[in-house]
Amino acid sequence: MRPFSWRFFRLWQRDRDVFFRLWHSEGAGAIIEPILVLLAFGMGMGAFVGDIGDQRYIEFLAPGIIAAYAMFAASFECTYGSYFRMEHHYTFDAILATPLNVEDITAGEIFWGATRAFMTGCIILAIAAAFQLVPSFWALLIPLVAALSGVMFASIALFFTSIVPSIYTFNFFFTLFITPMFLLSGVFFPLTEFPKIVQTLSWIAPLTPVAHLTRGLFQGEFRPEMLMALGIMVAWAIVFFSITLVTMRRRLTK
Amino acid sequence: MIDGLIPGTIDYITMAIIRVTNLTKKFKDLIAVDDVNLEIEEGECFGLLGPNGAGKTSIIRMITAVSPPSQGDIWVDGRELRKYPREVKAILGVIPQTDNLDEDLTVIQNLLTFARYFAIPKDVAYQRSMEILHSMALEEKRNSKIDELSGGMKRRLLIGRGLVNAPKIIILDEPSIGLDPQARHMVWRKLRELKSQGITQLLCTQNMEEAARLCDRVAIIHRGRIIDIDTPQAFVTRYMSSRVWEIDLASEERDSIVRELESRQLEFEEFAGIIHIFPKDDSQVEGLPGVARVATLEDVFFKLTGRSLVE
Repeated sequence: MRPFSWRFFRLWQRDRDVFFRLWHSEGAGAIIEPILVLLAFGMGMGAFVGDIGDQRYIEFLAPGIIAAYAMFAASFECTYGSYFRMEHHYTFDAILATPLNVEDITAGEIFWGATRAFMTGCIILAIAAAFQLVPSFWALLIPLVAALSGVMFASIALFFTSIVPSIYTFNFFFTLFITPMFLLSGVFFPLTEFPKIVQTLSWIAPLTPVAHLTRGLFQGEFRPEMLMALGIMVAWAIVFFSITLVTMRRRLTK
Repeated sequence: MIDGLIPGTIDYITMAIIRVTNLTKKFKDLIAVDDVNLEIEEGECFGLLGPNGAGKTSIIRMITAVSPPSQGDIWVDGRELRKYPREVKAILGVIPQTDNLDEDLTVIQNLLTFARYFAIPKDVAYQRSMEILHSMALEEKRNSKIDELSGGMKRRLLIGRGLVNAPKIIILDEPSIGLDPQARHMVWRKLRELKSQGITQLLCTQNMEEAARLCDRVAIIHRGRIIDIDTPQAFVTRYMSSRVWEIDLASEERDSIVRELESRQLEFEEFAGIIHIFPKDDSQVEGLPGVARVATLEDVFFKLTGRSLVE
Protein backbone atom coordinates (compact mmCIF):
# COMPACT_ATOMS: atom_id res chain seq x y z
CA MET A 1 0.00 0.00 0.00
CA ARG A 2 1.32 3.43 -0.95
CA PRO A 3 0.20 6.63 0.77
CA PHE A 4 -1.80 9.38 -0.89
CA SER A 5 -0.70 13.00 -0.85
CA TRP A 6 -2.35 16.44 -0.57
CA ARG A 7 -2.76 16.27 -4.35
CA PHE A 8 -5.98 14.29 -3.78
CA PHE A 9 -7.47 17.76 -3.25
CA ARG A 10 -7.00 18.50 -6.98
CA LEU A 11 -9.30 15.64 -7.92
CA TRP A 12 -11.75 16.62 -5.18
CA GLN A 13 -11.84 20.11 -6.70
CA ARG A 14 -12.50 18.63 -10.13
CA ASP A 15 -15.43 16.57 -8.86
CA ARG A 16 -16.77 19.56 -6.94
CA ASP A 17 -16.61 21.82 -10.01
CA VAL A 18 -18.42 19.25 -12.13
CA PHE A 19 -21.09 18.75 -9.48
CA PHE A 20 -21.85 22.43 -9.15
CA ARG A 21 -21.88 22.79 -12.92
CA LEU A 22 -24.44 20.01 -13.26
CA TRP A 23 -26.11 20.11 -9.83
CA HIS A 24 -29.57 20.92 -11.18
CA SER A 25 -29.66 17.64 -13.10
CA GLU A 26 -27.88 15.49 -10.54
CA GLY A 27 -28.30 17.13 -7.14
CA ALA A 28 -31.98 18.06 -7.23
CA GLY A 29 -33.25 14.48 -7.62
CA ALA A 30 -30.99 13.31 -4.83
CA ILE A 31 -32.62 15.80 -2.46
CA ILE A 32 -36.26 15.47 -3.48
CA GLU A 33 -36.44 11.71 -2.88
CA PRO A 34 -35.47 11.69 0.82
CA ILE A 35 -37.88 14.55 1.49
CA LEU A 36 -40.69 12.63 -0.20
CA VAL A 37 -39.86 9.49 1.78
CA LEU A 38 -39.68 11.44 5.01
CA LEU A 39 -43.02 13.19 4.48
CA ALA A 40 -44.90 10.24 2.95
CA PHE A 41 -43.79 7.68 5.53
CA GLY A 42 -43.46 10.10 8.42
CA MET A 43 -46.86 11.72 8.05
CA GLY A 44 -48.81 9.18 6.02
CA MET A 45 -47.71 5.98 7.70
CA GLY A 46 -46.89 7.77 10.95
CA ALA A 47 -50.60 8.47 11.43
CA PHE A 48 -51.23 4.71 11.65
CA VAL A 49 -48.05 3.76 13.49
CA GLY A 50 -48.54 6.21 16.29
CA ASP A 51 -45.69 7.11 18.65
CA ILE A 52 -42.48 5.21 19.16
CA GLY A 53 -41.57 5.57 22.82
CA ASP A 54 -42.36 9.19 23.58
CA GLN A 55 -41.69 10.40 20.01
CA ARG A 56 -43.86 10.91 17.00
CA TYR A 57 -42.99 8.45 14.24
CA ILE A 58 -41.72 11.18 11.91
CA GLU A 59 -39.26 12.31 14.59
CA PHE A 60 -38.04 8.75 14.88
CA LEU A 61 -37.79 8.44 11.10
CA ALA A 62 -35.97 11.73 10.30
CA PRO A 63 -32.49 10.82 11.61
CA GLY A 64 -32.79 7.40 9.92
CA ILE A 65 -33.50 9.08 6.61
CA ILE A 66 -30.47 11.34 7.05
CA ALA A 67 -28.24 8.31 7.69
CA ALA A 68 -29.72 6.30 4.80
CA TYR A 69 -29.55 9.04 2.17
CA ALA A 70 -26.03 10.04 3.18
CA MET A 71 -25.19 6.39 2.46
CA PHE A 72 -26.94 6.53 -0.93
CA ALA A 73 -25.15 9.76 -1.89
CA ALA A 74 -21.67 8.36 -1.17
CA SER A 75 -22.49 4.95 -2.65
CA PHE A 76 -23.87 6.23 -5.96
CA GLU A 77 -21.03 8.71 -6.36
CA CYS A 78 -18.33 6.07 -5.91
CA THR A 79 -20.01 3.28 -7.88
CA TYR A 80 -21.70 4.61 -11.02
CA GLY A 81 -19.99 8.01 -10.84
CA SER A 82 -16.46 6.70 -10.36
CA TYR A 83 -17.00 3.83 -12.79
CA PHE A 84 -18.05 6.19 -15.57
CA ARG A 85 -15.06 8.41 -14.96
CA MET A 86 -12.75 5.39 -14.91
CA GLU A 87 -14.02 3.14 -17.70
CA HIS A 88 -16.10 5.31 -20.04
CA HIS A 89 -14.50 8.75 -19.97
CA TYR A 90 -10.93 7.60 -19.16
CA THR A 91 -10.72 10.56 -16.79
CA PHE A 92 -8.38 8.75 -14.41
CA ASP A 93 -6.07 7.67 -17.25
CA ALA A 94 -5.74 11.31 -18.27
CA ILE A 95 -5.05 12.38 -14.69
CA LEU A 96 -2.40 9.69 -14.23
CA ALA A 97 -0.30 11.56 -16.80
CA THR A 98 -0.05 14.44 -14.31
CA PRO A 99 1.78 14.49 -10.95
CA LEU A 100 -1.23 12.81 -9.31
CA ASN A 101 -0.86 9.09 -8.68
CA VAL A 102 -3.46 6.34 -8.25
CA GLU A 103 -3.62 6.85 -4.49
CA ASP A 104 -4.36 10.57 -4.88
CA ILE A 105 -7.17 9.74 -7.30
CA THR A 106 -8.57 7.10 -4.95
CA ALA A 107 -8.51 9.42 -1.94
CA GLY A 108 -9.96 12.28 -3.99
CA GLU A 109 -12.89 10.15 -5.11
CA ILE A 110 -13.57 8.85 -1.60
CA PHE A 111 -13.41 12.30 -0.01
CA TRP A 112 -15.66 13.69 -2.71
CA GLY A 113 -18.14 10.86 -2.05
CA ALA A 114 -17.95 11.76 1.64
CA THR A 115 -18.60 15.40 0.75
CA ARG A 116 -21.76 14.37 -1.07
CA ALA A 117 -22.87 12.49 2.05
CA PHE A 118 -22.07 15.56 4.16
CA MET A 119 -24.09 17.85 1.88
CA THR A 120 -27.01 15.44 1.87
CA GLY A 121 -26.88 15.26 5.67
CA CYS A 122 -26.89 19.07 5.95
CA ILE A 123 -29.80 19.55 3.59
CA ILE A 124 -32.12 16.90 5.06
CA LEU A 125 -31.28 18.10 8.55
CA ALA A 126 -32.14 21.68 7.57
CA ILE A 127 -35.45 20.54 6.12
CA ALA A 128 -36.26 18.49 9.21
CA ALA A 129 -35.47 21.57 11.29
CA ALA A 130 -37.75 23.67 9.10
CA PHE A 131 -40.56 21.23 9.89
CA GLN A 132 -39.64 21.61 13.59
CA LEU A 133 -38.74 17.96 13.90
CA VAL A 134 -35.31 18.46 15.51
CA PRO A 135 -35.48 18.39 19.31
CA SER A 136 -31.80 18.87 20.23
CA PHE A 137 -28.89 21.17 19.41
CA TRP A 138 -26.63 18.14 19.43
CA ALA A 139 -28.15 17.47 16.00
CA LEU A 140 -25.69 20.06 14.66
CA LEU A 141 -23.06 17.30 14.89
CA ILE A 142 -25.03 15.06 12.52
CA PRO A 143 -23.41 16.40 9.30
CA LEU A 144 -20.04 15.33 10.72
CA VAL A 145 -21.38 11.83 11.32
CA ALA A 146 -22.72 11.90 7.75
CA ALA A 147 -19.26 12.87 6.49
CA LEU A 148 -17.59 10.04 8.42
CA SER A 149 -20.20 7.57 7.23
CA GLY A 150 -19.54 9.02 3.77
CA VAL A 151 -15.85 8.11 3.99
CA MET A 152 -16.89 4.60 5.05
CA PHE A 153 -19.55 4.05 2.36
CA ALA A 154 -17.50 5.75 -0.37
CA SER A 155 -14.54 3.48 0.48
CA ILE A 156 -16.75 0.37 0.36
CA ALA A 157 -18.34 1.54 -2.91
CA LEU A 158 -15.02 2.40 -4.56
CA PHE A 159 -13.58 -0.91 -3.42
CA PHE A 160 -16.44 -2.62 -5.21
CA THR A 161 -15.92 -0.39 -8.25
CA SER A 162 -12.25 -1.36 -8.37
CA ILE A 163 -13.11 -5.05 -8.72
CA VAL A 164 -16.29 -5.13 -10.84
CA PRO A 165 -16.02 -6.58 -14.36
CA SER A 166 -18.83 -4.40 -15.74
CA ILE A 167 -21.28 -1.69 -14.78
CA TYR A 168 -24.13 -4.23 -14.48
CA THR A 169 -22.44 -5.81 -11.50
CA PHE A 170 -23.51 -2.80 -9.44
CA ASN A 171 -27.03 -4.27 -9.42
CA PHE A 172 -25.74 -6.86 -6.97
CA PHE A 173 -24.11 -4.22 -4.83
CA PHE A 174 -27.36 -2.32 -4.47
CA THR A 175 -29.87 -5.16 -4.24
CA LEU A 176 -27.79 -7.38 -1.95
CA PHE A 177 -25.97 -4.82 0.16
CA ILE A 178 -27.39 -1.29 0.10
CA THR A 179 -31.15 -2.00 -0.09
CA PRO A 180 -31.20 -4.63 2.71
CA MET A 181 -29.36 -2.17 4.94
CA PHE A 182 -31.81 0.56 4.03
CA LEU A 183 -34.68 -1.68 5.15
CA LEU A 184 -33.16 -3.56 8.07
CA SER A 185 -30.68 -1.28 9.85
CA GLY A 186 -33.11 0.60 12.03
CA VAL A 187 -33.97 3.39 9.62
CA PHE A 188 -37.73 2.81 9.48
CA PHE A 189 -38.37 0.93 12.71
CA PRO A 190 -36.45 0.00 15.85
CA LEU A 191 -34.79 -3.40 15.73
CA THR A 192 -36.09 -4.29 19.19
CA GLU A 193 -38.84 -6.54 17.77
CA PHE A 194 -36.24 -8.89 16.25
CA PRO A 195 -34.66 -11.74 18.23
CA LYS A 196 -31.56 -10.75 20.19
CA ILE A 197 -29.26 -12.62 17.81
CA VAL A 198 -30.57 -10.69 14.79
CA GLN A 199 -30.17 -7.41 16.66
CA THR A 200 -26.53 -8.24 17.40
CA LEU A 201 -25.86 -9.39 13.86
CA SER A 202 -27.37 -6.26 12.40
CA TRP A 203 -24.42 -4.31 13.84
CA ILE A 204 -22.26 -5.95 11.18
CA ALA A 205 -24.13 -3.94 8.55
CA PRO A 206 -22.33 -0.58 8.39
CA LEU A 207 -25.57 1.44 8.28
CA THR A 208 -26.73 0.22 11.71
CA PRO A 209 -24.11 2.11 13.75
CA VAL A 210 -24.68 5.23 11.60
CA ALA A 211 -28.44 5.10 12.26
CA HIS A 212 -27.89 4.65 16.01
CA LEU A 213 -25.37 7.47 16.29
CA THR A 214 -27.40 9.87 14.15
CA ARG A 215 -30.58 9.16 16.11
CA GLY A 216 -28.83 9.61 19.43
CA LEU A 217 -27.49 13.05 18.44
CA PHE A 218 -30.83 13.98 16.91
CA GLN A 219 -32.57 13.40 20.22
CA GLY A 220 -29.68 14.68 22.32
CA GLU A 221 -29.44 11.40 24.19
CA PHE A 222 -26.13 9.77 24.94
CA ARG A 223 -25.85 6.05 25.34
CA PRO A 224 -22.63 4.00 25.58
CA GLU A 225 -23.55 2.15 22.37
CA MET A 226 -23.07 5.43 20.49
CA LEU A 227 -19.34 5.31 21.24
CA MET A 228 -19.27 1.74 20.01
CA ALA A 229 -21.09 2.88 16.86
CA LEU A 230 -18.48 5.56 16.26
CA GLY A 231 -15.69 3.00 16.75
CA ILE A 232 -17.26 0.57 14.28
CA MET A 233 -17.62 3.30 11.65
CA VAL A 234 -14.00 4.39 12.03
CA ALA A 235 -12.83 0.79 11.80
CA TRP A 236 -14.82 0.04 8.63
CA ALA A 237 -13.64 3.30 7.08
CA ILE A 238 -9.95 2.61 7.75
CA VAL A 239 -10.13 -1.00 6.58
CA PHE A 240 -11.91 -0.29 3.29
CA PHE A 241 -9.99 2.90 2.58
CA SER A 242 -6.73 0.97 2.87
CA ILE A 243 -7.86 -1.99 0.80
CA THR A 244 -9.19 0.31 -1.90
CA LEU A 245 -5.84 2.10 -2.22
CA VAL A 246 -4.38 -1.28 -3.18
CA THR A 247 -7.17 -2.55 -5.43
CA MET A 248 -7.45 0.73 -7.35
CA ARG A 249 -3.70 0.65 -8.05
CA ARG A 250 -4.15 -2.87 -9.37
CA ARG A 251 -7.04 -1.81 -11.57
CA LEU A 252 -5.49 1.35 -13.01
CA THR A 253 -1.86 0.36 -13.57
CA LYS A 254 -1.31 -2.73 -15.65
CA MET B 1 21.83 -1.79 -31.85
CA ILE B 2 22.83 1.57 -30.37
CA ASP B 3 26.49 2.42 -30.74
CA GLY B 4 28.42 2.77 -27.54
CA LEU B 5 25.59 2.17 -25.09
CA ILE B 6 27.15 1.55 -21.72
CA PRO B 7 24.37 1.16 -19.19
CA GLY B 8 24.99 2.65 -15.80
CA THR B 9 27.69 5.13 -16.71
CA ILE B 10 27.14 8.60 -15.35
CA ASP B 11 27.83 10.61 -18.51
CA TYR B 12 24.99 8.86 -20.27
CA ILE B 13 22.49 10.04 -17.73
CA THR B 14 23.32 13.62 -18.58
CA MET B 15 23.50 13.13 -22.33
CA ALA B 16 20.12 11.65 -23.18
CA ILE B 17 16.90 13.23 -21.93
CA ILE B 18 15.19 9.82 -22.03
CA ARG B 19 17.24 6.73 -21.43
CA VAL B 20 15.72 3.29 -21.30
CA THR B 21 17.74 0.17 -20.55
CA ASN B 22 16.71 -3.47 -20.81
CA LEU B 23 13.06 -2.49 -20.61
CA THR B 24 10.75 -5.50 -20.54
CA LYS B 25 7.02 -5.80 -20.00
CA LYS B 26 5.45 -9.19 -19.47
CA PHE B 27 1.75 -9.84 -19.24
CA LYS B 28 0.41 -13.24 -18.25
CA ASP B 29 1.45 -15.22 -21.31
CA LEU B 30 2.75 -12.42 -23.51
CA ILE B 31 6.01 -10.50 -23.68
CA ALA B 32 4.80 -7.12 -24.93
CA VAL B 33 8.16 -5.38 -24.67
CA ASP B 34 11.32 -7.42 -24.86
CA ASP B 35 14.62 -5.98 -23.64
CA VAL B 36 14.35 -2.56 -25.25
CA ASN B 37 17.19 -0.02 -25.08
CA LEU B 38 16.64 3.54 -26.18
CA GLU B 39 18.16 6.90 -25.74
CA ILE B 40 16.56 10.06 -26.92
CA GLU B 41 18.48 13.31 -27.18
CA GLU B 42 17.17 16.62 -25.95
CA GLY B 43 15.32 18.54 -28.68
CA GLU B 44 14.98 15.51 -30.90
CA CYS B 45 11.81 14.08 -32.40
CA PHE B 46 12.08 10.35 -31.94
CA GLY B 47 9.64 7.96 -33.54
CA LEU B 48 8.54 4.50 -32.48
CA LEU B 49 7.31 2.83 -35.63
CA GLY B 50 5.63 -0.53 -35.60
CA PRO B 51 2.51 -2.47 -36.48
CA ASN B 52 -0.39 -2.95 -34.05
CA GLY B 53 0.62 -4.89 -30.99
CA ALA B 54 4.34 -4.29 -31.57
CA GLY B 55 4.69 -2.88 -28.05
CA LYS B 56 4.81 0.86 -28.82
CA THR B 57 2.00 1.80 -26.48
CA SER B 58 3.37 -0.45 -23.73
CA ILE B 59 6.72 1.36 -23.97
CA ILE B 60 5.00 4.72 -23.75
CA ARG B 61 2.87 3.63 -20.80
CA MET B 62 6.00 2.61 -18.93
CA ILE B 63 7.84 5.87 -19.75
CA THR B 64 4.85 7.87 -18.51
CA ALA B 65 4.76 5.92 -15.23
CA VAL B 66 1.31 4.47 -15.85
CA SER B 67 2.51 0.91 -16.14
CA PRO B 68 5.32 -0.55 -14.02
CA PRO B 69 8.06 -2.29 -16.04
CA SER B 70 8.60 -6.00 -15.44
CA GLN B 71 12.29 -5.32 -15.81
CA GLY B 72 14.66 -2.54 -16.77
CA ASP B 73 15.28 1.10 -15.92
CA ILE B 74 13.93 4.38 -17.22
CA TRP B 75 15.69 7.70 -16.73
CA VAL B 76 14.03 10.93 -17.75
CA ASP B 77 15.85 14.26 -17.58
CA GLY B 78 18.42 12.82 -15.19
CA ARG B 79 15.87 11.27 -12.82
CA GLU B 80 15.09 7.64 -12.30
CA LEU B 81 11.41 7.24 -13.05
CA ARG B 82 10.81 4.54 -10.46
CA LYS B 83 11.96 6.85 -7.66
CA TYR B 84 10.61 10.17 -8.93
CA PRO B 85 7.41 9.50 -10.87
CA ARG B 86 5.74 12.78 -9.83
CA GLU B 87 8.76 14.92 -10.73
CA VAL B 88 9.12 13.20 -14.08
CA LYS B 89 5.41 13.45 -14.91
CA ALA B 90 5.56 17.17 -14.10
CA ILE B 91 7.82 17.80 -17.12
CA LEU B 92 6.01 15.45 -19.51
CA GLY B 93 3.16 16.36 -21.82
CA VAL B 94 1.27 13.19 -22.67
CA ILE B 95 -1.01 13.16 -25.69
CA PRO B 96 -2.86 9.86 -25.75
CA GLN B 97 -4.34 7.97 -28.66
CA THR B 98 -7.78 7.57 -27.11
CA ASP B 99 -9.61 10.79 -26.46
CA ASN B 100 -9.73 11.16 -22.70
CA LEU B 101 -10.81 14.78 -22.49
CA ASP B 102 -12.98 15.49 -19.46
CA GLU B 103 -16.48 15.41 -20.94
CA ASP B 104 -18.00 16.86 -17.79
CA LEU B 105 -16.09 20.11 -18.37
CA THR B 106 -15.97 22.74 -21.11
CA VAL B 107 -13.02 23.29 -23.42
CA ILE B 108 -11.35 25.96 -21.29
CA GLN B 109 -12.21 24.15 -18.05
CA ASN B 110 -10.40 21.11 -19.43
CA LEU B 111 -7.21 23.15 -19.69
CA LEU B 112 -7.64 24.98 -16.37
CA THR B 113 -8.49 21.81 -14.46
CA PHE B 114 -5.53 20.01 -15.99
CA ALA B 115 -3.26 22.93 -15.06
CA ARG B 116 -4.49 22.56 -11.48
CA TYR B 117 -3.33 18.93 -11.39
CA PHE B 118 0.14 20.35 -12.09
CA ALA B 119 -0.31 22.92 -9.30
CA ILE B 120 0.10 25.79 -11.76
CA PRO B 121 -1.07 29.10 -10.23
CA LYS B 122 -4.49 30.24 -11.41
CA ASP B 123 -3.43 33.38 -13.30
CA VAL B 124 -0.57 31.61 -15.09
CA ALA B 125 -2.91 28.74 -15.96
CA TYR B 126 -5.50 31.08 -17.38
CA GLN B 127 -3.01 33.02 -19.48
CA ARG B 128 -1.39 29.85 -20.77
CA SER B 129 -4.75 28.24 -21.56
CA MET B 130 -5.80 31.25 -23.60
CA GLU B 131 -2.51 31.14 -25.53
CA ILE B 132 -2.99 27.44 -26.18
CA LEU B 133 -6.57 27.92 -27.38
CA HIS B 134 -5.34 30.68 -29.67
CA SER B 135 -2.52 28.64 -31.17
CA MET B 136 -4.80 25.61 -31.63
CA ALA B 137 -7.49 27.74 -33.29
CA LEU B 138 -10.00 26.83 -30.58
CA GLU B 139 -10.65 30.28 -29.13
CA GLU B 140 -14.21 30.40 -30.35
CA LYS B 141 -14.91 27.00 -28.81
CA ARG B 142 -13.61 27.91 -25.38
CA ASN B 143 -17.00 27.54 -23.69
CA SER B 144 -18.20 24.60 -25.77
CA LYS B 145 -18.87 21.17 -24.40
CA ILE B 146 -16.46 18.44 -25.48
CA ASP B 147 -19.10 16.49 -27.40
CA GLU B 148 -19.73 19.54 -29.57
CA LEU B 149 -16.19 19.38 -30.97
CA SER B 150 -15.19 17.65 -34.20
CA GLY B 151 -12.56 14.90 -34.20
CA GLY B 152 -9.90 17.32 -35.38
CA MET B 153 -10.78 19.87 -32.70
CA LYS B 154 -10.67 17.22 -29.99
CA ARG B 155 -7.22 16.14 -31.13
CA ARG B 156 -6.01 19.74 -31.12
CA LEU B 157 -7.41 20.21 -27.64
CA LEU B 158 -5.69 16.99 -26.51
CA ILE B 159 -2.39 18.33 -27.83
CA GLY B 160 -3.08 21.68 -26.22
CA ARG B 161 -3.87 20.02 -22.92
CA GLY B 162 -0.51 18.22 -23.13
CA LEU B 163 1.20 21.61 -23.31
CA VAL B 164 -0.51 23.19 -20.32
CA ASN B 165 2.39 22.39 -17.98
CA ALA B 166 4.97 23.78 -20.48
CA PRO B 167 6.56 20.34 -20.78
CA LYS B 168 10.21 19.64 -21.68
CA ILE B 169 9.16 16.46 -23.42
CA ILE B 170 5.93 15.60 -25.15
CA ILE B 171 4.90 12.03 -25.72
CA LEU B 172 2.40 11.37 -28.48
CA ASP B 173 0.58 8.15 -29.26
CA GLU B 174 -0.67 8.15 -32.88
CA PRO B 175 -1.27 11.92 -32.96
CA SER B 176 -2.91 12.00 -36.38
CA ILE B 177 -4.85 8.73 -36.43
CA GLY B 178 -8.41 9.09 -37.69
CA LEU B 179 -7.99 12.70 -38.83
CA ASP B 180 -8.84 14.08 -42.26
CA PRO B 181 -5.90 15.38 -44.34
CA GLN B 182 -6.46 19.03 -43.39
CA ALA B 183 -6.54 18.30 -39.70
CA ARG B 184 -3.58 15.95 -40.01
CA HIS B 185 -1.44 18.60 -41.65
CA MET B 186 -2.38 21.13 -39.03
CA VAL B 187 -1.30 18.70 -36.31
CA TRP B 188 1.98 18.06 -38.10
CA ARG B 189 2.66 21.77 -38.51
CA LYS B 190 2.00 22.24 -34.82
CA LEU B 191 4.40 19.45 -33.88
CA ARG B 192 7.16 20.89 -36.08
CA GLU B 193 6.59 24.25 -34.44
CA LEU B 194 6.98 22.68 -30.99
CA LYS B 195 10.18 20.99 -32.10
CA SER B 196 11.57 24.31 -33.26
CA GLN B 197 10.93 25.56 -29.72
CA GLY B 198 13.29 22.86 -28.50
CA ILE B 199 10.67 20.51 -27.04
CA THR B 200 11.75 16.88 -27.21
CA GLN B 201 9.16 14.61 -28.81
CA LEU B 202 8.62 10.91 -28.50
CA LEU B 203 6.16 9.93 -31.16
CA CYS B 204 4.57 6.59 -31.58
CA THR B 205 3.00 5.91 -34.94
CA GLN B 206 2.17 3.42 -37.62
CA ASN B 207 1.90 6.14 -40.23
CA MET B 208 5.07 6.07 -42.36
CA GLU B 209 4.51 9.50 -43.81
CA GLU B 210 4.17 10.92 -40.34
CA ALA B 211 7.36 9.25 -39.18
CA ALA B 212 9.28 10.34 -42.28
CA ARG B 213 8.08 13.93 -42.06
CA LEU B 214 8.44 14.58 -38.37
CA CYS B 215 11.08 12.31 -36.89
CA ASP B 216 14.80 12.91 -36.69
CA ARG B 217 15.27 9.26 -35.82
CA VAL B 218 13.00 6.28 -35.93
CA ALA B 219 13.07 2.96 -34.10
CA ILE B 220 11.33 0.16 -35.95
CA ILE B 221 9.64 -2.11 -33.44
CA HIS B 222 8.34 -5.56 -34.10
CA ARG B 223 7.04 -8.12 -31.60
CA GLY B 224 8.26 -6.09 -28.64
CA ARG B 225 11.83 -5.71 -29.88
CA ILE B 226 13.65 -2.85 -31.55
CA ILE B 227 14.80 -4.10 -34.93
CA ASP B 228 16.81 -1.05 -35.89
CA ILE B 229 17.21 2.67 -35.18
CA ASP B 230 18.20 5.29 -37.73
CA THR B 231 17.12 8.47 -39.50
CA PRO B 232 14.25 7.98 -41.96
CA GLN B 233 16.50 8.81 -44.95
CA ALA B 234 19.30 6.52 -43.80
CA PHE B 235 16.79 3.70 -43.40
CA VAL B 236 15.82 3.99 -47.04
CA THR B 237 19.36 4.22 -48.36
CA ARG B 238 20.60 1.42 -46.14
CA TYR B 239 17.86 -1.08 -46.86
CA MET B 240 16.55 -0.10 -50.26
CA SER B 241 17.60 0.64 -53.77
CA SER B 242 16.58 4.19 -54.57
CA ARG B 243 13.63 3.01 -56.59
CA VAL B 244 11.09 0.25 -56.35
CA TRP B 245 9.64 -1.42 -59.45
CA GLU B 246 6.05 -2.51 -58.98
CA ILE B 247 4.24 -5.02 -61.19
CA ASP B 248 0.51 -5.42 -60.73
CA LEU B 249 0.03 -9.06 -61.66
CA ALA B 250 -2.66 -10.55 -63.79
CA SER B 251 -2.82 -14.22 -62.91
CA GLU B 252 -2.11 -15.66 -66.34
CA GLU B 253 1.20 -13.85 -66.75
CA ARG B 254 2.45 -14.39 -63.20
CA ASP B 255 4.49 -17.52 -63.79
CA SER B 256 6.29 -16.18 -66.83
CA ILE B 257 7.16 -12.93 -65.06
CA VAL B 258 8.46 -14.73 -61.99
CA ARG B 259 10.58 -17.00 -64.24
CA GLU B 260 11.97 -13.91 -65.96
CA LEU B 261 12.82 -12.26 -62.61
CA GLU B 262 14.53 -15.39 -61.40
CA SER B 263 16.57 -15.63 -64.59
CA ARG B 264 17.67 -12.01 -64.12
CA GLN B 265 18.55 -12.86 -60.47
CA LEU B 266 16.53 -9.93 -59.16
CA GLU B 267 15.59 -9.42 -55.52
CA PHE B 268 11.79 -9.29 -55.31
CA GLU B 269 8.78 -9.79 -53.06
CA GLU B 270 5.34 -10.95 -54.01
CA PHE B 271 2.38 -9.97 -51.91
CA ALA B 272 -1.34 -9.64 -52.54
CA GLY B 273 -1.00 -9.79 -56.31
CA ILE B 274 1.79 -7.23 -56.55
CA ILE B 275 5.45 -7.92 -57.17
CA HIS B 276 7.91 -5.46 -55.63
CA ILE B 277 11.36 -5.50 -57.23
CA PHE B 278 14.35 -3.76 -55.69
CA PRO B 279 16.68 -3.24 -58.67
CA LYS B 280 20.27 -1.97 -58.37
CA ASP B 281 19.81 0.11 -61.50
CA ASP B 282 17.22 0.67 -64.21
CA SER B 283 18.82 -1.69 -66.75
CA GLN B 284 17.86 -4.65 -64.55
CA VAL B 285 14.16 -4.01 -65.04
CA GLU B 286 14.31 -3.00 -68.69
CA GLY B 287 11.51 -4.50 -70.74
CA LEU B 288 9.45 -5.58 -67.72
CA PRO B 289 5.86 -4.44 -67.34
CA GLY B 290 5.03 -2.24 -64.34
CA VAL B 291 6.03 1.14 -62.95
CA ALA B 292 8.91 2.63 -61.00
CA ARG B 293 8.47 4.70 -57.86
CA VAL B 294 10.71 6.22 -55.20
CA ALA B 295 11.47 3.91 -52.29
CA THR B 296 10.00 5.04 -48.97
CA LEU B 297 10.19 4.25 -45.30
CA GLU B 298 7.16 2.07 -45.84
CA ASP B 299 9.18 -0.29 -48.05
CA VAL B 300 11.81 -0.54 -45.32
CA PHE B 301 9.09 -1.15 -42.78
CA PHE B 302 7.61 -4.01 -44.78
CA LYS B 303 11.03 -5.45 -45.42
CA LEU B 304 11.82 -5.48 -41.69
CA THR B 305 8.46 -6.46 -40.24
CA GLY B 306 6.99 -8.55 -43.03
CA ARG B 307 3.91 -7.97 -45.10
CA SER B 308 1.52 -10.38 -43.50
CA LEU B 309 -1.04 -9.12 -41.01
CA VAL B 310 0.07 -8.97 -37.41
CA GLU B 311 -2.72 -9.76 -35.01
